[in-house]
Amino acid sequence: MLLYILKRLGLAALVALTVSAISFSLLFLAGDPAISIAGENASSEDIAAITERYGFDRPLPVQYADWLVSAAQGDLGRSWYFDLPTTQIIGDRLGVTMTLGLLAISFALILAIPMGVAAAVRPNSLIDRAALFISVVGQAIPSFWFGLILIVVFSIKLGLVPASGSDSWKHFILPTVVLGYYATPAIMRLTRAGMIEVLSADYIRTARAKGLNPRKVLFKHALRNAVIPVISLAAVQMGFMLGGSIVVESIFALHGAGFLAWESISRNDLPVMQALILVFSMFYILFTFLADVLNAWMDPRLRVG
Amino acid sequence: MKIWKLLSGTALCACLSAPAFADKASDTVSMAFNKELETADTYFNTAREGLLLNHAVWDGLLYRDPQTGEYKGNLATDWTWIDDVTLQLTLREGVTFHNGEPFNADDVVYTINYVTDPENGVKNKANVGWIDHAEKIDDYTVRIILPAPFPAAEEFLAGPVAMYPDEYYAEVGPTGMGLKPIGTGPFKLAELEPGKSFTLERNDDYFDGPKGMAGVGNVEIRTIPEVNTQIAEFFNGTLDFLWGVPADQAEKLEAMGKYTVVNAPAMRVGYITMDTAGRSGEGPMTDQRVREAVYHAIDRQAIVDALVKGSSEVIDTACSPAQFACDQSVTGYEYDPEKSKELLAEAGYPDGFEIDFYAYRNRPYAEAIMGYLNEVGITTNLNFMQYAALREKHRKGEVPMAFLTWGSNSVADASAITAEFFTEGPQDDARDPEVIDWIETADTTIDKEERKALYSKALQKITTEAYWVPLWTYNVNYVMSQEMDFTPTDDELVRFFDFSWN
Repeated sequence: MLLYILKRLGLAALVALTVSAISFSLLFLAGDPAISIAGENASSEDIAAITERYGFDRPLPVQYADWLVSAAQGDLGRSWYFDLPTTQIIGDRLGVTMTLGLLAISFALILAIPMGVAAAVRPNSLIDRAALFISVVGQAIPSFWFGLILIVVFSIKLGLVPASGSDSWKHFILPTVVLGYYATPAIMRLTRAGMIEVLSADYIRTARAKGLNPRKVLFKHALRNAVIPVISLAAVQMGFMLGGSIVVESIFALHGAGFLAWESISRNDLPVMQALILVFSMFYILFTFLADVLNAWMDPRLRVG
Repeated sequence: MKIWKLLSGTALCACLSAPAFADKASDTVSMAFNKELETADTYFNTAREGLLLNHAVWDGLLYRDPQTGEYKGNLATDWTWIDDVTLQLTLREGVTFHNGEPFNADDVVYTINYVTDPENGVKNKANVGWIDHAEKIDDYTVRIILPAPFPAAEEFLAGPVAMYPDEYYAEVGPTGMGLKPIGTGPFKLAELEPGKSFTLERNDDYFDGPKGMAGVGNVEIRTIPEVNTQIAEFFNGTLDFLWGVPADQAEKLEAMGKYTVVNAPAMRVGYITMDTAGRSGEGPMTDQRVREAVYHAIDRQAIVDALVKGSSEVIDTACSPAQFACDQSVTGYEYDPEKSKELLAEAGYPDGFEIDFYAYRNRPYAEAIMGYLNEVGITTNLNFMQYAALREKHRKGEVPMAFLTWGSNSVADASAITAEFFTEGPQDDARDPEVIDWIETADTTIDKEERKALYSKALQKITTEAYWVPLWTYNVNYVMSQEMDFTPTDDELVRFFDFSWN
């Protein structure tokens, strides 16, 4: 198990390094950063001064090496836009995104797993069709539109929740629903497929034949096995939600890391984008890693080096 | 059962504790910024949002009355030109900064010498680049020394050049000023979350100056990037003031009859620039007849009526009518597609030609322009890009034709636009030595009439030669609750101290 974990960790580090190198060079292809830093009203002299001050005239590999050395020491540079350390900015924003991500994935799991189980118990029944319908709608509705509709109904018409901001738990309700709903279909489908497969397995038939309580068979024997791939998927979805909450964060004016990433792109704020890509890929790697370990713990067959 | 009780319980709580309403009763105007402001330190941001905070929290030495255009003393009470490059100012006595520091000549000298030092890297060099340094004569007299005569000096001293407290700024620097701004202005910054929110509080000790005491007690600003969300908050009463609302939304809000919708011109102008100098290759745009044909081809009034709307006007000058020396008697070319075709034929393009056309904002306007050009036989391939990317391309001289805009930083002087685009800088597509000479002479001429005359010549030539097709002025829609009273000005500067309640 230890060797397995170490191997996974080594692989994770390599992935992170590759991601950072590729993203660094891609970001520089996006245009002259000096013009972005200078802003829309800046004059030509401003731009020349900025090019010199930030050393954009140096060769790209030199700039990357510079960045990498500092990054290894925990210094991810200063934001060109805010002129504050990127670690500080991202630290301020990550809380909102993590909260939203965790809430959304929990919402998705709570909604999707029971639906998946119910659908699997009676495939092609009305319940199955209903579950399919709900999840397909979730996949099909653009979250942009869905978010605004929820604001209109629950905030303007009913006055139940605030429309935007992140000051209290109430502010998180609508974004959680929008973001979580988007992740629901995949989890539901996987639970359903897994359950159908497991329910037709021999050991379930045996358990049923023994006269065990059907509910116990369903939840203790079947679900525990069917849920293993769902955990991996949930981890991947969680990674997706951290980076993918961009739209949701901008609709609901949540100042999280996803929104920061989006804004940083339009501002060409390379140090922040670079750091965010690194942080997001680290989280992604971490979640996948945790899912692997959890799977290995739940399913001994997976514990192979 | 239990779960339902719990759920209905929470729903009930949510109903009871409605969000805090910002309104007349709480003496708080709530509004939104579209974008995150990089820092509140006004010398280190380039956004319009930053200019709004600048005028609320800080004061300049002078003030320009937005109604009359007249310059008045603000932190200075009196100013005289000793010679073409020396401005002597007498400072107002008895003014204190929000932190209690008294205002005097040391603050002015420190601020100006700090921001003009290239080492300190202020972002908007154009705002301070015309100053060489400042000298203290006595506690309430300073001199500002210029490297060369600069006629728009008063405009800049009344605009972006804010005065900082020397002791505080020396201690905290731009980072500290960005997090806890201290000025002399009509509002104090009570609370600030970088990029997220600003809470301003009336400065009850504000001096009796031209800005006057703020009409409302508090201004609360949140960053809400999505316009639709802003409107939702506005419906909920959690925002009282919206600005920059798109024309179609503003019309709908006005039709509801419950809100005050005001449209005011902005200093931003739209224009088509064409590669006269042939930097992108010897294209058709090097021929004056072709450029004239483009001018004749576009029905600008129709685009303004159908799309731009509001108080926007068609212009024939490469500057905004709100700017000094922007001579509106300059004559351009009428909409005349037949004439346009004739000119193209004369220039050797009887069947028109194909050209790359660049734009970065207002895609519908760009498409309308393309439609008109297509009518006369000019086929345009649209490249719609991010501003920064397009600007870079333009600076490299790779853009044969583009639809662009310029907001002049709200500086009410034609030099704020012509100096950038017609004095041989990287964005000068014309490179006309005569125009360059006129503008450069004008910008070092103190005599106002002489300067105006030089500008008229330059602006007329830019239009006659059709280096640009000036298009229209932009406008801004302001939407506010009926409890509020505010008259927008034509420079897109929302002066928070002019807010009041009905």
